[in-house]
Amino acid sequence: MSRCTWSERLGISFNYAALTLLGMVTLFPLLHVVAQSLSSQDAIISNRVSVYPVGFQLEAYKKLLQDDAFYRASGIAIARTVVGVLVNMTLTCLMAYSLSRRTLKGRSLVMNLIIFTMLFNGGMIPTFLVLKELRLINTFWSLILPQAVSAFNLVLLKNFFHSIPDSIEESACIDGAGHGTILFRLFLPLSLPAIATLTLFYAVMHWNAYFDAVMYINDSKLIPLQVYLRNIIALDDSGIELTDNLGLFLVSPESLKAATIVASVLPMLVLYPFLQRYFVKGVMLGAVKG
Amino acid sequence: MREAVRAIRADWLLYLFLLPGLVYFLLFKYLPMYGVIIAFQDFSPFLGISGSEFVGWKHFIRFFTDDEFITVFRNTLLISLYKLLFGFPVPVVLALMLNEARIRWFKRTAQTLFYIPHFFSWVVFGGIVIQALSADGMVNSLLALFGIEPVMFLGSKAYFRSILVISDIVKESGWASIIYLAAIAGVDPSLYEAARIDGAGKLREIWHITLPGIRSTIVILLILRLGSVLELGVQQVFMLYNPLVYEVGDIIDTYVYRVGLTQQKYSFAAAVGLFQSTVGLILIYLSNQVAKRLGGGGLW
Repeated sequence: MSRCTWSERLGISFNYAALTLLGMVTLFPLLHVVAQSLSSQDAIISNRVSVYPVGFQLEAYKKLLQDDAFYRASGIAIARTVVGVLVNMTLTCLMAYSLSRRTLKGRSLVMNLIIFTMLFNGGMIPTFLVLKELRLINTFWSLILPQAVSAFNLVLLKNFFHSIPDSIEESACIDGAGHGTILFRLFLPLSLPAIATLTLFYAVMHWNAYFDAVMYINDSKLIPLQVYLRNIIALDDSGIELTDNLGLFLVSPESLKAATIVASVLPMLVLYPFLQRYFVKGVMLGAVKG
Repeated sequence: MREAVRAIRADWLLYLFLLPGLVYFLLFKYLPMYGVIIAFQDFSPFLGISGSEFVGWKHFIRFFTDDEFITVFRNTLLISLYKLLFGFPVPVVLALMLNEARIRWFKRTAQTLFYIPHFFSWVVFGGIVIQALSADGMVNSLLALFGIEPVMFLGSKAYFRSILVISDIVKESGWASIIYLAAIAGVDPSLYEAARIDGAGKLREIWHITLPGIRSTIVILLILRLGSVLELGVQQVFMLYNPLVYEVGDIIDTYVYRVGLTQQKYSFAAAVGLFQSTVGLILIYLSNQVAKRLGGGGLW
């Protein structure tokens, strides 16, 4: 540090200050939402809520937890994420393993078919009509099947499998192991960081997606949490009674919106610290040349 | 044929592994590509693809002469261009800044904060944006301190595009900086030592060593970005826009959704979609060629 010139030291301090400021810009709106969800109607109306709750109350959460539609939407979101990720990971692992075997005939044809889907697609309407033809519109499976494999994640995992030394597979072959044993007993345990990253990517995708549900689902019993949240925020349509029998607000609509936002990101925030070290490693996988 | 049979017999288990995924790609990716035929028909769901009347370029001619489409097309290009111009450099700068922050706990905390918005859905992040910009939201409260009248940001044609661009930068830049940070970590440290012996300052190090060192990463990400110029995130716009700002904020994807799925003009909307995908394909091909020509190495 002693070799630093004055101007350099100034530059370094400026850098820390700028990063701190940017961090604040990200953090403040989040704290504001949490504060709003916990504040009283009076405090919100008179604009006294900044980043900590004013007139602390849990009414917004109580209202939310009394709403059947909230439970149903959360249930759909959880089911969608669990089933979706299972389908995603099964198909992606099986396919990536096959495509990483250099002896497989027709391998490059299949690879080209898959890569082409990243460059060109039929578009929203033809995809919708295919789903309609398959009688998937307005079913739970319309949220799962059209997203069953991500070409990008598949290429990522295939490249990772490539980087596993051939000698491991060869020695397993000599010991009489078939492809099933090699994949499940050797490759998957060896690729744990990659598997964890893809699981995270897929799970985040399923938990956060809403536009597919807007397109494919109009049965209000089947909407996932994100669509439920969107109806509350963008359309101001919660179906929750916020006033007492004299028509006075017990809970501010803003407070309810904020509480729903907090409830929908909670699982993500709880899992986030555990997964951070995996996904940082995982994104670097993309840099491995295939 | 006989060769194929032999290959399948030898590696039947591998082909079995491949089968479900392959069925997925054929059913949900290639069948819709075949389905774009309806862009050249007056498609009716009752008659199906084989029964519907073939009308050639009719729908394409119609949307190219349609004022609403021209507005939508211009919006898409402008918003995309702004996002590219202002948004693309941000993660690079952010990665350079984070790389210079040598205090470990500080760097980790900053990274955690910057990555989090990427994991929020556009419903959540858009909801936060809507709240912050509402008549009595954070931004207007701040403006009130300076005596400025409240602004209806999301209903204003003057601000809507800027809101799209800025909210996208805030949400995604942190996450996008990871890949640049990884690339920076891969730069040979001996180069920095040599530069320091030659008396180079921090800025010179960044300009002459770090940036050239991550050039290929920047080029690859730029190609990928260019290929999706006409697809700029339907989840974001659909969450934030409203009829007041259709004139400046309606993009191809939202337009296709409204015309195709709510008004059920399947063929017309499919034609617009086909135009969008085709332009995307051409753009990614061209930018790849340019990248190769410049010696940066393309994607393929």
